[in-house]
Amino acid sequence: MQFFGGSEISPSPPAPAASGNNAHMLYIFNRNGVCLLYREWNRPLKTLSSQQDHKLMFGLLFSLKSLTAKMDPTSVEKGNLGVPQLPGQGCSFHSFRTNTYKLSFMETPSGIKIILVTHPRTSDLRDSLKYIYNLYVEYVVKNPLYSPGTPIRYELFNKAVDQYVRGLG
Amino acid sequence: MAPVAPKSGDAIFASVDRVNAELFTLTYGAIVRQLLTDLEEVEEVKAARSNNFLVFVMSCCRGYNIGVRLVDEFLAKSNVSRCVDFRETAEVIAKVGFKMFLGVTASVTNWDAEGTTCSIILEDNPLVDFVELPDTCQGLYYCNILSGVIRGALEMVSMKTEVTWLRDMLRGDDVFELQVKLLKQVPEEYPYKDDE
Repeated sequence: MQFFGGSEISPSPPAPAASGNNAHMLYIFNRNGVCLLYREWNRPLKTLSSQQDHKLMFGLLFSLKSLTAKMDPTSVEKGNLGVPQLPGQGCSFHSFRTNTYKLSFMETPSGIKIILVTHPRTSDLRDSLKYIYNLYVEYVVKNPLYSPGTPIRYELFNKAVDQYVRGLG
Repeated sequence: MAPVAPKSGDAIFASVDRVNAELFTLTYGAIVRQLLTDLEEVEEVKAARSNNFLVFVMSCCRGYNIGVRLVDEFLAKSNVSRCVDFRETAEVIAKVGFKMFLGVTASVTNWDAEGTTCSIILEDNPLVDFVELPDTCQGLYYCNILSGVIRGALEMVSMKTEVTWLRDMLRGDDVFELQVKLLKQVPEEYPYKDDE
């Protein structure tokens, strides 16, 4: 019978390109718009209450996904704008960049959305977002005391995320 | 047009943590045993038939809760992108999912004309090693947790399904056969009301 030990969160984290705290904020939403996690490391200007901020962020992503799917020049079927889509279906944008920040986005077929706002010169963060999703699975989903769909309040997860993001280039 | 076979679960199965297979089987047996004991203490439950029905429902609900969490681990470890249609979904469950979590590969057959119902066949099921149903439990669906797990996991990827057992080795059939029927796909709706 098999008997193996050893636990490695797979895939192993991408090597950080530069040190220093590069990231501004992290959001994790589920498919119903509930903000599961909001972490802030560097945000000098706050204009909205946190509830409005979460709604704004979620609404932005929802609309952007719809827009990008509608404007896809390679897709055969073009649904109407605003028609609800299955998560992960259609082409999905993965980042946008302004002159002051870059927002990276990843959505899983189960509807979990991970958003990381960083310095504008950050390289592609898709692997890092996948790693954060792995952390979510290990520390939150596998925690028997966690009810899916509720905000995450686990120090261990927060620390793991902080530590990982701090190492990002 | 056959769907492209997804990358096999072998590689992932080799890389995840594993427990001793006997420990797993015996733990599951203990869970079912406990469920039966808990329900026997309920005064209203008289007939063996209704007892089995309650175990059926309870293990299905527990399976559902497991499935809801399992899907994230599955997506994170297996790296599959969104399945294009239900055929691909069934293949992925049978070849990658079962392999990753139970170490056995299942096969998919008996597609109906619309492609919404199929059967997943398991020749080898680690949950039932060493198990024999006693006479008092002849109507028991021992592995019903699996149907709940599949239903829960598929609901989290927007598919409402119905999962039932067609053949069960513990009742004398030659394989385990699960029928998975897609009821509908539920796309994402914008969750906030406009006036909030």
